[in-house]
Amino acid sequence: MEVLMPQLGETVTEGKITVWFKSVGDAISPGDNLFEIETDKVSMEVPATSGGVLKEIRVRQGEVAPVSAVVAVIADGAVGGEAPLHAKPRPASLDAYNEVHTPSRNFGPARLANGAQVSPLARRLAAEAGVDLANVKGSGPHGRIHAKDVKAAGTVKTPASVPMPAATATPVPDAPFERVPLDAMRRTIARRLVEAKQTVPHFYLSADVNIDSLLNMRERANDELSAKLSINDFIIKAYALALQRVPAANAVWGEDAILRFRHSDVGVAVAIDGGLLTPVLRKAETKSLSTISAEMKDLATRARERKLLPQEYQGGAGTISNLGMYGVREFSAIINPPQSTILAVGAGQRRPVEAPNGGIGFATLMTVTLSCDHRVVDGALGAQLLAAFKAVMENPIVLFL
Amino acid sequence: MATKPKTALATADDGSLIDINEELKLRMFRMQVELRESEQRAYDLFLQNLVKGTSHLSLGQEAVATGFAAAMEPGDLTFCTYRGHAHTLARGVPMERVLGELMGRDNGLLRGKGGSMHLTSVEHGVMGSYAIVGAHIPIACGAAWRAQYRGDKDISVCFFGDGTTNIGAFHEGLNFAAIWKLPVVFVCENNLYMEYTPIGDVTAVKDPAAGRASAYGLESIIIDGNDADVVYRTAKAAYDKARSGGGPSLIECLTYRYSGHSRADPAKYRPDGELDFWRGKRDPIRIYRERLLQAGVSESTLAEIEDVVRRRVDEATAICKAAPPPPAELLTTDVYADGGWAWRN
Amino acid sequence: MAELTYRDAVARGISQEMERDPDVVFLGEDIGKAGGVFKATVGLFDRFGPLRVRDTPISEQAILGAAMGAAMTGLKPIAEIMFSDFIAVCFDYLANQYSKSRYMTNGQVKCPLVVRTANGGGARFGAQHSQSVENWCMMIPGLKVVAPSTPLDVVGLLAASVRDPDPVIFLEHKSLYATKGEVPDGEIVDQLGVAKVVRPGADATILALALMVPRAVAAAEKLQAEHGVNCEVIDVRSLVPMDMQTMLGSVARTHRLFTVEENPRLCGWGAELVSIIADEAFYDLDGPPVRITTPHIPLPSTDILEDRAMPSVDRIAETVRRSLGS
Repeated sequence: MEVLMPQLGETVTEGKITVWFKSVGDAISPGDNLFEIETDKVSMEVPATSGGVLKEIRVRQGEVAPVSAVVAVIADGAVGGEAPLHAKPRPASLDAYNEVHTPSRNFGPARLANGAQVSPLARRLAAEAGVDLANVKGSGPHGRIHAKDVKAAGTVKTPASVPMPAATATPVPDAPFERVPLDAMRRTIARRLVEAKQTVPHFYLSADVNIDSLLNMRERANDELSAKLSINDFIIKAYALALQRVPAANAVWGEDAILRFRHSDVGVAVAIDGGLLTPVLRKAETKSLSTISAEMKDLATRARERKLLPQEYQGGAGTISNLGMYGVREFSAIINPPQSTILAVGAGQRRPVEAPNGGIGFATLMTVTLSCDHRVVDGALGAQLLAAFKAVMENPIVLFL
Repeated sequence: MATKPKTALATADDGSLIDINEELKLRMFRMQVELRESEQRAYDLFLQNLVKGTSHLSLGQEAVATGFAAAMEPGDLTFCTYRGHAHTLARGVPMERVLGELMGRDNGLLRGKGGSMHLTSVEHGVMGSYAIVGAHIPIACGAAWRAQYRGDKDISVCFFGDGTTNIGAFHEGLNFAAIWKLPVVFVCENNLYMEYTPIGDVTAVKDPAAGRASAYGLESIIIDGNDADVVYRTAKAAYDKARSGGGPSLIECLTYRYSGHSRADPAKYRPDGELDFWRGKRDPIRIYRERLLQAGVSESTLAEIEDVVRRRVDEATAICKAAPPPPAELLTTDVYADGGWAWRN
Repeated sequence: MAELTYRDAVARGISQEMERDPDVVFLGEDIGKAGGVFKATVGLFDRFGPLRVRDTPISEQAILGAAMGAAMTGLKPIAEIMFSDFIAVCFDYLANQYSKSRYMTNGQVKCPLVVRTANGGGARFGAQHSQSVENWCMMIPGLKVVAPSTPLDVVGLLAASVRDPDPVIFLEHKSLYATKGEVPDGEIVDQLGVAKVVRPGADATILALALMVPRAVAAAEKLQAEHGVNCEVIDVRSLVPMDMQTMLGSVARTHRLFTVEENPRLCGWGAELVSIIADEAFYDLDGPPVRITTPHIPLPSTDILEDRAMPSVDRIAETVRRSLGS
């Protein structure tokens, strides 16, 4: 069977094979990682879906090929001249109660809101390619959507990819050291953040946010809830509302235009083993705090398991990065391109403030720093966004409206 | 037409009775007591809900199992029915392995996977207890065929009840063994009841096994199944015949079971007095005990054997009570030869 | 290399194994002196003699029971049940004895035996001599189920079955006995649990067994020629153990699934495969999986009626075409 270049991300049209894990002649079992590919956004390992012997590699390590190109051929015992290969039936690690492996992902309903039926394959392809089925015309009876309809639904033009900076020679340190090989995520983080720092004109705005009311409100809300809300849940929604209040800041640089989003898709930085991922919470301004909390838990768990789908960490105009739980008072973060802002959140601390009566009192203050892409967000606009955020945080009843 | 059944083939070739020396007699006494005491203990444990499911007791039928087992060589093969505790123990399987299996413990002979009806110990020649009536008759024929084919010297002994003589596999198996002259001995334990029905009500001939022998060209043999010496001698003669290429034998042993067919059966279908009669004058252990005393064995010797056995039963019970249940992993082991259960990749 | 008929391949396979291992013995009705009612075992009696090739009375229970006793105690018997319909007469050994003994005895009792039997319709033998009973067998845990479609597979899979330490029921198809195929010289041993893609394709996956394999291939050729539809046909060959990976891999590529089953409709072997694939590969399917079967009726004896019942090349092609087109 032919192994094809997969499509990672809706705007991706080609991929580069960075590593081949198998060689010609190797026996392949379904699920074995064959190779790693890198697109302009993400790196990912690609497993085999069937077993056999790796007969041919057509796209070699370091080479680029378009999506759906044949990158390799696995000989799976199909009759055709050569001796049939007999894949030894694997003694399956069957669970006595799960002799059949039901797919763990649900790709959505069989019938859309508009009444059109969608085949299971079409649903999966749409989800994987980030295609909105509502925009797909079905060619089947009564507008039923099949795989070919999803494939025909076309893709958005790719923005020109940024050239990789030339690699500098690695200095070998004099002191004793341990060599830690780079994994795909580390390489991606390195590349993207260098790109961000080199190409995005960053500037930074800081503010201190009084979160006493918010903490109080959170406590009262959590009395009523079994699944407790975290401070970060509040921050996410507050930022989402702020972006709605300052829509010009809810935008990204689109080379020849600024693209303003209607909804606040807020990225949230999640530290995972060996790096970080930023899953995106979609339409955060429409969601209740409980919903945001539950979704964040799910996204964070799957981020740590490295089980996020491409469309779950793409998109959005701004990200929240919270290092408050580590006691960091204040920091500034690097923007995730192509977004235009990132809000760095520090720890809430009891600090002395001027009391209403003129004396000294204490309040819980949290220092936040907003990094802005000056191409999209000018100084005044950034200040407005920050002020909107602070206003919502300090008047948290707004989060419940 | 009924041929008058012969009584026991109790003689050796030269006409004299096959000798049973005192040591063998004491062994057979002890074995019968073991079978009685452990079977009784199994019943008690059932009342304590430590033995679950069903089991089929052979209280009262000890002499048959004892006599036939005592006459076997170590390599000979036993095939029995679900009423197989006695046959299993009689081949030397330790008591706690049997009780443990009944109690569903990990120390059981089958680690709890087969239960009372499937006691098997290939190591001891117990090639299975079979729960489908008659199924093991052709199977025993197959084992005997192997011996014949290879020139091996072992014989197969196949035990079944009176009810079995009416099932298809009995007839197919007997015919098969007869035409191929297989080294197999068929033993019918006629305890007078099919399951809940008197055997005479459901059988076309008076003697369920012996009455069918001539249909397969075999000699008609009925013996007193509650006299271990008679059983022993009959067994020995039949085994010798089989081993020497003389073909199969069919032996009907008259006996009686004290308990019902199975747990669920209080055996109310028995006429009054029948149980008391068999438990009294016809009890195999009482018969054997009296014979030993008359032959000069002391009461204290016999009492001591009985004591030792009772202690052994207590010890086995304690071992089983302390044994854990089988581990969960055993659920899916040994469906296939690779030890696993995978039907797909 | 030689061209052998399917029936000669049976004798070749048994012969190969009996040559190799003196523990392999063979019993059944009219299999020895007469060479079998289907003439599938001609020559074995002369070659291996009456001790190893034994004619039995009409006693299916004794045949299967004796095979088990022999297998338990060291031999590797091959037992023939003349018509697969007759396994109903001795089903206890398949359902209760062979398949369960190892498990119940915690691994003590082994049953390395093969039951060979002539399966399937198309020979105008009527309802009690024409059934396809592989589905009766695959539902029993502990029993392996094999159904070859070509002479080469007969030899290779029979050898693999004899060498398999588990009980195997080997279902030959009586309407395939006269078909011919290339069989290389020398020892041939195949593997159980491996399905074969006999016709690669991209538009649909068709799973078939035994007689239905050549019919499915012919239907696929017809669809290609007349409608440009390119179907992949898989010869399942072994129902237990089942090669799900090959079948799942195929559906992952073609996105459509069909089965062609000679069993009557309810609980045919394809029902289980469709269930597994519809579960595991749900999101690979672009349309409903469709089973093409004999209707749920006994098989009639008259030729034109029997042909209407069993899936024909035309019915297979038409069903696939209509389903893909909708």
